[in-house]
Amino acid sequence: MSTTTATTISSGHEGTIRDQVKNYFVRVKSGEMGALPSVISLIFLTGLFASLNPYFLTKLNFANLLVQSATLMMLSMALVFVILIAEIDLSAGVTSGLSMAFFIILTNKAGWDWRVSILAGFVVGFLVGSFIGFFVAKVGVPSFVVTLGLFLGFQGLQLALLGDGGIYRVEVPELKAIMNDNMPAWAGWLMLSIFLVLTLLINFYDRMRRKKSNLPNRPLILLFIKLGVMTGLGAGCVAILNVNRSLSSVAIGGVPIVMPFAITILFVGTLILDRTRFGRHLYAVGGNPEAARRAGIKVAKIRMSAFIICSMLAVVAGIFNASRIGAVEATAGKSMVLSGVAAAVVGGVSLFGGRGRLAHAAVGAVVISIIDNGLGLLGLPAGINFLVTGGVLILAATVDAVSRKRAGATK
Amino acid sequence: MDTPVIELQNVVKSFGPVDVLQGINFKAYAGRVTALVGDNGAGKSTLIKGLAGVQSYDSGIVKFDGNEVHLNSARQAAALGIEVVYQDLALCENLDIVQNMFLGREEMNGFTLDETSMEYEATQTLAGLKIRTVKSVRQKVASLSGGQRQTVAIARSVLRKAKLVILDEPTAALGVAQTEQVLNLVRRLADSGVAVIIISHNLQDVFKVCDDISVLYLGKMVAHLKATETNHLDVVGYITGTKSMEQA
Repeated sequence: MSTTTATTISSGHEGTIRDQVKNYFVRVKSGEMGALPSVISLIFLTGLFASLNPYFLTKLNFANLLVQSATLMMLSMALVFVILIAEIDLSAGVTSGLSMAFFIILTNKAGWDWRVSILAGFVVGFLVGSFIGFFVAKVGVPSFVVTLGLFLGFQGLQLALLGDGGIYRVEVPELKAIMNDNMPAWAGWLMLSIFLVLTLLINFYDRMRRKKSNLPNRPLILLFIKLGVMTGLGAGCVAILNVNRSLSSVAIGGVPIVMPFAITILFVGTLILDRTRFGRHLYAVGGNPEAARRAGIKVAKIRMSAFIICSMLAVVAGIFNASRIGAVEATAGKSMVLSGVAAAVVGGVSLFGGRGRLAHAAVGAVVISIIDNGLGLLGLPAGINFLVTGGVLILAATVDAVSRKRAGATK
Repeated sequence: MDTPVIELQNVVKSFGPVDVLQGINFKAYAGRVTALVGDNGAGKSTLIKGLAGVQSYDSGIVKFDGNEVHLNSARQAAALGIEVVYQDLALCENLDIVQNMFLGREEMNGFTLDETSMEYEATQTLAGLKIRTVKSVRQKVASLSGGQRQTVAIARSVLRKAKLVILDEPTAALGVAQTEQVLNLVRRLADSGVAVIIISHNLQDVFKVCDDISVLYLGKMVAHLKATETNHLDVVGYITGTKSMEQA
């Protein structure tokens, strides 16, 4: 047991591993389930599809799955910022498409340098986010309506820019490489080690500071177990991806280039949400806007920022998508947004606001992608895919609502 | 003891043709609990909103620690050391106790939140108030009872080094045991040298914890009483208007 501090009030860091595990189950029971349901369904679905189709668990399909889910992952992480403040951005998908429409016109037609055109794409994202934020936070129009309007409007704008059925090829090899090329084996290991060392350093820094203030720390072994699991899973993934997975004579191996981008955004975004004043205020606005206002938080500013971040990250999703397809279409991003919302909710981000993390959305995106990928491999008609994804979304939203009720009932 | 922490002189507030506050005089002293009682519509809320800075008075003098001040915004009031604990508490259920206590005034360590010192100070503050009902400072507020939430809200004002704490119906939604705990906390708060104003409909609570009682009746302050020198029946008389006192 920990040494008793001057007070009888605990911090949740005391006790042996057994106490910590017990605390965790108490939290789960009271409705704070986090990513638990999505992780369980991840394991369940993997087992299910692996038993139904021998191709599902191959290394080629594993790499495919990662690349397939990257775009959705980005979009659902983007949506987390607005869902956390109990708003929604139905235009995130078409925003990603629209920014890419600008990008491709500027690069292919106007002959701009592709780096400048990408920057222009982000400017489009910034403007769209500011526009939504202004109407939601300052004017008071429900975000559902504003973004539904934009969802329709931007489809028109995309058509106007690219022409009816317009499709432009991405001619920039650097961009196409993001989703289609892989890193050398050593770079994959380097990436993994950097993230593991960063995680370790941050945790040790926290422990050191807590110790200096005489605050109890969680058992060290817990941190090592956590890091051990991360190392095991990470190393497993890198090792599998580094093996040649080609079915032809041309070797394909290595971690897809998109991974370091996606993980960096996940890492930095999580730090911002967990450790900065902005992140704290975002959660506060999502939990109780009135309390946030009375605490002196500029609620409108936080709301604006959330929409701007969402739209800018949607642009990243647009880049991923364009890179994968190798082209920009007039309908790009249209069908993506609901899957993005579904991924976030399935991952455990609450639609009621204030609860959820970026990692939840990432796991949720993998779940949705597995359903998509697995059902595709089974050769079932596309209709089944929609039915299953829709069913999972409703199930996840129900779990969210019920756990919220339960959390309220333990008052 | 001599200079009141807050003093109102001839404060007036109207909404169109309705004169809600008609020349109010009021004082609250450090180390004392002052009850503000009155029936619905007597003007209690309007009086408090003026002190909180969210709705300024039309005219009259407001003195804080003997100096005349103008309370035009909640930020201004908070900067002076006036904290209001509202009836609906205004806590974020999705955040834990430490996060709520420091909400809007987070301590920073460079670009990142200084969780360590916030947790330390929150724990010290709760311990200083001899609060034992709270299990962990990292509990989410959603898992707290009404009394515990009230405790957190009061502790937050202590943490902010408030000189004047205004409590709006602190025991309205609480059971017997929790009411007792909160009233004890209010007493300790005043004993630590803070001026406390309680708005309450529950005269039993008022007599249990308050030193002074001020009665509002239809926008006028009809009585300033010492709790030890009056009784239940008298106060009810002033509240309902069947009694009046010229000295007010």
